[in-house]
Amino acid sequence: MSARARDVAAPALLFVALIGLWEVAAQTGVLADVLLTEQGAGGGGDAEFLVPAPSDIADALWNDRDLLAEDAWVTLREVVLGFALALVSGLALAVLIHLSKTTRRAVYPLLVASQTIPIVVLAPILVVWFGFGIFPKLLIIALICFFPITVNAYDGLRSVDPDLLKMMRTLGAGRGQTLRRAELPWALPFIFSGAKIAVAVAVIGAVFAEWAGADSGLGHLILVSSGELSTSLTFAAIVVLSAIAICLFALLALVERRVVTWKEGPSS
Amino acid sequence: MLSTTGAPESEPLDVSGKAGPPVSIRGLLHAFGDLLALDGIDLEVPGAGVLGIVGPSGCGKSTLLEVASGLLEPSAGRVSVGEAADAPSRTPAGERLARCALMPQRDLLLPWLAAIDNAALGPSLAGASREAARERARADFNRLGLGGFELAKPQELSGGMRQRVAFLRTLISGKQVLLLDEPFASLDAITRAETQAWLAGVLAQDSHTVLLVTHDVEEALYLSDRVAVLTARPARVAATLDVPEPRSPDRAAAVTAADFVELRERALRLLAGGAR
Repeated sequence: MSARARDVAAPALLFVALIGLWEVAAQTGVLADVLLTEQGAGGGGDAEFLVPAPSDIADALWNDRDLLAEDAWVTLREVVLGFALALVSGLALAVLIHLSKTTRRAVYPLLVASQTIPIVVLAPILVVWFGFGIFPKLLIIALICFFPITVNAYDGLRSVDPDLLKMMRTLGAGRGQTLRRAELPWALPFIFSGAKIAVAVAVIGAVFAEWAGADSGLGHLILVSSGELSTSLTFAAIVVLSAIAICLFALLALVERRVVTWKEGPSS
Repeated sequence: MLSTTGAPESEPLDVSGKAGPPVSIRGLLHAFGDLLALDGIDLEVPGAGVLGIVGPSGCGKSTLLEVASGLLEPSAGRVSVGEAADAPSRTPAGERLARCALMPQRDLLLPWLAAIDNAALGPSLAGASREAARERARADFNRLGLGGFELAKPQELSGGMRQRVAFLRTLISGKQVLLLDEPFASLDAITRAETQAWLAGVLAQDSHTVLLVTHDVEEALYLSDRVAVLTARPARVAATLDVPEPRSPDRAAAVTAADFVELRERALRLLAGGAR
């Protein structure tokens, strides 16, 4: 078996084993028994609404595919647009605090403070202000996403080899040229790191945003289905949500491999 | 490896009658905090002249070039680049930056640019289109033995090739004064000799004024009209040696000529701190 095949086989086997274990535990009612005994309610028996087996979730995925696809599209749109908003504003902010010491001093504490705002509390307020439309959702997703993007991009911009900056100066590069031709490309691996973190948490942001007030989307579906004890559907929605995050992450990683073809900065 | 097309390697170095900005350094003192790096350096390079600077490693040669290039303001002293030769005045750092091209010891190639785009960075920053900038670099690319590697990324090139690309970037940056810091340090002996011969041809052909820092006495004597030997830190000028003209067009013949060998011995003795 080649090293590459082993790399793929090991996690796949573990995944299948865990799913299998779960399936058996759920089908035999062991999981439900344990959970209900914990709560002092005696045996649970065949409680699909409590612990759906992977096969139940697969059923839900198939049977409710139209509903899931519709809601997935809504959430995907929110995530992609919110992430894009965060990318643009996060990069702009990173460049701004990189270029101006005064801006950096003024903005950086606020930047950190913005991350201490409990999104769960903020989300309903934004819905009150801006309604049930997509806008408050974009704001919440962007608020979660822009921090890792800004911090990573700024770290990248200021980590540029000082000798490289000297070289650009001797070649007559102006401030803007140095930024565009040396600092931003140098920071690209950092920017991609920030973006990959951001896109993974963006999905959580979308769920919070939809919980605060929405009539569609996977977060909304999770809320409604769990309220109706359609636990299989809840889990199915979570599976789709994870799939969205994984796909977006993989897409970014792919773009990164295409764009960043170098290992490190200028050597020797 | 190096083709001789177009490069008049066969011409002896002769800088008389050519225009080019003179460089004059007087009483140059530079300290980093308490560490005195340069202690009263006086150097004169006539327009289109080539001054070799040799000295023990760590003596402040690179600092000297950074000061000359305008990247650093000296603690004291006067640096003038391209001012009237009879009454040189102090040249502000910004003006020095505009007139000097510095080739640092590290090649500092941008890993995201193809080799030829690295070489053509100067014209490109000056506003030339990518094609026009590449055109400026293309002929010399072949002459430097880099033909076929135009679109290679720096990380695909050998150390010697990278250094040649960095040299080309300096040469075609459009500046009249070249400040070269150990330009051929990572070339093997054969390529190094060929590249020196090529550079001698280039320098004879055009009107660049050159300050060439090197630890290789032979390289300094072969390429320069005059060689300044620096002392260990803090650097002072121990002696300035005039290289006899004209030199043989053939590099091997030039560096084995009796007066050349004698001069090299003298320079080495000076470097070792011995008698003049």
